Amino acid sequence: MRTDLSVTALPLSVASATDEAASAMTSRGHDASVHPKVVPLNEASTAAAQASKEVLALEGISLSFGGVKALSDVDLSVRSGEIRAVIGPNGAGKSSLINVISGLYRPTQGRIHLCGHTFSAVPTRQLAHLGVSRTFQNIALFKGLSVFDNIAVGRVATVRSTMLEQVFGLGRARREREATKEKVEEALEHMRLSAVRDRLATSLSYGMQKRVELARALVIQPQLVLLDEPMAGMTGAEKDEMSQFIREARSRYGTTIVLIEHDIGVVMGLSDRISVFDYGRKIADGTPSQVMNDPAVIDAYLGVPHEGNE
Amino acid sequence: MTAIASESAVSSRPLIGSNMMGVIAVLAVAYLVPPLFGSEYWYNAILAPFLALGLAALGLQVLSGYAGQVSLASAAFMAIGAFTAYNLNLRVPGLPMIVSLILAGAFAAGIGLLFALPAFRLRGFYLALSTLGAQFFVEWATNNYKWLSNYSQSGVVDAPPLKALGYVASTPESKYFVALTVVAIITVLVARLVKTQTGLNFIAIRDNEVAARIIGVPVLRTKLLAFAISCFIIGIAGVLWAFTYLGTIQAGYGGFSLGRSLTVLFCIIIGGLATIRGAYLGAFFMVVFPLLLSRAGGYLLGDMFDAGVLENCQKITLGTLIILILIFEPDGLSALLDRFTKWLRGLGRKEEHAR
Amino acid sequence: MEEFKFFLEVLVAGLLSGIMYSLVALGFVLIYKTSGVFNFAQGAQLLFAALTFVSLNERGIPMWGAFAISLAIMVFVGILIERVVLRPLVAQTQMTLFMATIGLSFIIEGAAQLVWGTEVHSLDLGIDDVPMDIAGVFISRFDLVAATVAAAMVGLLTAFFRYTRMGLAFRAVAQDQLASLSVGLRLARIRAAVWAVSGLIALVAGLLWGARLGVQFSLSLVVLKALPVLVLGGFDSIAGAIVGGLIIGAAEKLAEIYIGPYLGGGIEGWFAYVAALIFLMIRPTGLFGQRFVERV
Repeated sequence: MRTDLSVTALPLSVASATDEAASAMTSRGHDASVHPKVVPLNEASTAAAQASKEVLALEGISLSFGGVKALSDVDLSVRSGEIRAVIGPNGAGKSSLINVISGLYRPTQGRIHLCGHTFSAVPTRQLAHLGVSRTFQNIALFKGLSVFDNIAVGRVATVRSTMLEQVFGLGRARREREATKEKVEEALEHMRLSAVRDRLATSLSYGMQKRVELARALVIQPQLVLLDEPMAGMTGAEKDEMSQFIREARSRYGTTIVLIEHDIGVVMGLSDRISVFDYGRKIADGTPSQVMNDPAVIDAYLGVPHEGNE
Repeated sequence: MTAIASESAVSSRPLIGSNMMGVIAVLAVAYLVPPLFGSEYWYNAILAPFLALGLAALGLQVLSGYAGQVSLASAAFMAIGAFTAYNLNLRVPGLPMIVSLILAGAFAAGIGLLFALPAFRLRGFYLALSTLGAQFFVEWATNNYKWLSNYSQSGVVDAPPLKALGYVASTPESKYFVALTVVAIITVLVARLVKTQTGLNFIAIRDNEVAARIIGVPVLRTKLLAFAISCFIIGIAGVLWAFTYLGTIQAGYGGFSLGRSLTVLFCIIIGGLATIRGAYLGAFFMVVFPLLLSRAGGYLLGDMFDAGVLENCQKITLGTLIILILIFEPDGLSALLDRFTKWLRGLGRKEEHAR
Repeated sequence: MEEFKFFLEVLVAGLLSGIMYSLVALGFVLIYKTSGVFNFAQGAQLLFAALTFVSLNERGIPMWGAFAISLAIMVFVGILIERVVLRPLVAQTQMTLFMATIGLSFIIEGAAQLVWGTEVHSLDLGIDDVPMDIAGVFISRFDLVAATVAAAMVGLLTAFFRYTRMGLAFRAVAQDQLASLSVGLRLARIRAAVWAVSGLIALVAGLLWGARLGVQFSLSLVVLKALPVLVLGGFDSIAGAIVGGLIIGAAEKLAEIYIGPYLGGGIEGWFAYVAALIFLMIRPTGLFGQRFVERV
């Protein structure tokens, strides 16, 4: 019995979402050239990917744990600059999906095309180099570090200097340190965290911590950011603020966003397209208005048994 | 247990920091006060072991406090450092002290990495296994390979005085200065290290290894680096321990035992994990506490209080203290120190308001 | 043929001592599965148990009485540990808990030696260490008896886990504490019981090892060899503790005899650790350990 979706009260926000999406798209191409991104592994294939505008594609992804099939034959395609929401009842495989894309789980079948490269299993430690970052459902901040330092860790992949160079403050280490400081200050400002920059990250409220995590994910101005329930546990006002931050990330850096979210109001107002999952399969994929009127989606949320599934 | 590590944005502060005045003050006191007031007892029984143990604790702090990895082999790495310096001194006459210190640290780091590499590819706790193995292995090696201790009958060899640029450290005072200088330099370098991106990486893998990996921190390399730095420092601490404190190096079982490794560990638990001052506060405590206890015991219990009783009382008290600290004040003495200074400042402010 | 017989003798001696490792490792697995901590203090518990028994015995109390009293004391100490040390630390990291058990080991060792003295005691359980000739192979009678007792304990404990309600409760708690709570299992009581059982294991193992090595401080170090056993067998597997113990015991003895001479002898002190490390490189999850997926 899934009750986290109210299908009825949506038409207004749907209209505004599509308008929003349309205007964002025209500015997207504009902004993408202005903001430099982390240099990915292979410039040529990235250019090609950008031309085809597909930042992420999953092809026939299946994932099993022992006897449990978390994902079955999933195909997904996300275009550059898109905000894609992944929704579905609990246990539908949404987190597994994000974990596969970020390389924490190795799929039993299928391929992942990520930022111009193809993998059978995404190498987690290359994520930053590919221009991909993510946030976690249970906040994954470093509890011994301040807000500033937490975000600064996000820059690790851009740092080339050795430990000795850093300790003695030589040449390139000093330049990198200044560059990091600049970028982190920028991130703090954009996410309105400057006032708490020196506080221990985990001493902040839950909502603020989520913001810090987002800031950390965005400090490298990634091509693709994966958000695992970024608004869980937030008040309405906080959610609006978070949505705004997410939109700004897209408009400022041209970042593509894939987010898991339960609040359908948020999803409708924020996303360009929605992918709906149930029992490890993708059951619908389209614009918000298409998805909301899809009978399979309605069935999934109202708990009507599927053929051959119970 | 990590609250103290970085209560402000360390990576944005200048590398030689706001604490410049404090550092200079401490160094001034350290260099000027003991020669004026120190007796030989102070040098031999308190300052010398404090500096050597403090440096070892600092080394362990880098690995366990900042990077969150468990090591039970501190004494073994001290032994490697001491024996390396001894053998270099013996077989390569005229080798400058700096070189033999660096080589002593390098050997300790090299052998340490051999044991650590298989463990690090897995989850951190397996490091306890490999360091335990390293601890027993080194004890066995110094016992079995007599050439390490120059075939001495007793297994105990004298550590010759350290020489640097014509300066021979043979008096307690000169040994103190040598040790102090070495400790000061290394401590300053470590203080800078923890503010760099590398230092942030250490804390990141301690607090959330999975997230760190996803962000792009090279986890294996970072752990190995932390371990190597830690062993390097502990190796040098071993040289200080043998050359500026004990004056001898003991081969075999007992000289650098598991008990000594645990002593180093206790320093950072009592002093507070992930702080530099914690390493030294803890070391000071571990040096002074047995002395105080033996005085108090002798006073209270008279003849009943022999060496055996002292040792066991010490064990019980230390063990209890460790558990109490872990339960009630995980940030150890450095947290207490912080609270004390805040309270003092608070008093100062109240006075100003009162005027 | 002589060569082979000798090999067999060494192998058997190794396996027999391996069973004793298995027993100790079982104690570790128990605590690890239910309290999530590697109990560094197990060695100290062993020493304390053996010292108590021996001292009572030397003061004229007959063996069975001494055993009963020692058992009561060890069980009490175990429950005390759970209540006073572990419960306040229940939410902390593994490293914190581990360090707490180190502190604990200091307290117990210090207390044991303070109360009973620091001299070495010899422990005579009435079993002679004479070689018995079984099918042409010489086996120490003591080794055989000790191994039998250890095997019996291991068997009893395994049966306890599998077939009794309490044992089932132990396993439930080890698997999933939250779920156990939700079905009404009294977590605190079960944890206390686990520590009580570890006290029993400490006593039996302490007596066996003490009879072999003499009751002295180094007893607590021997127990640390359970760590390589656990690495081999997996920290949370009972079968692994058993098989791992046998393998480590055999490997150690064989190494000492066949490799030892080339290295100057006495390698039993560290060989188990190095062997476990090398094994880890080949098979990181141990023989039986579960490859568990970290839920992010």
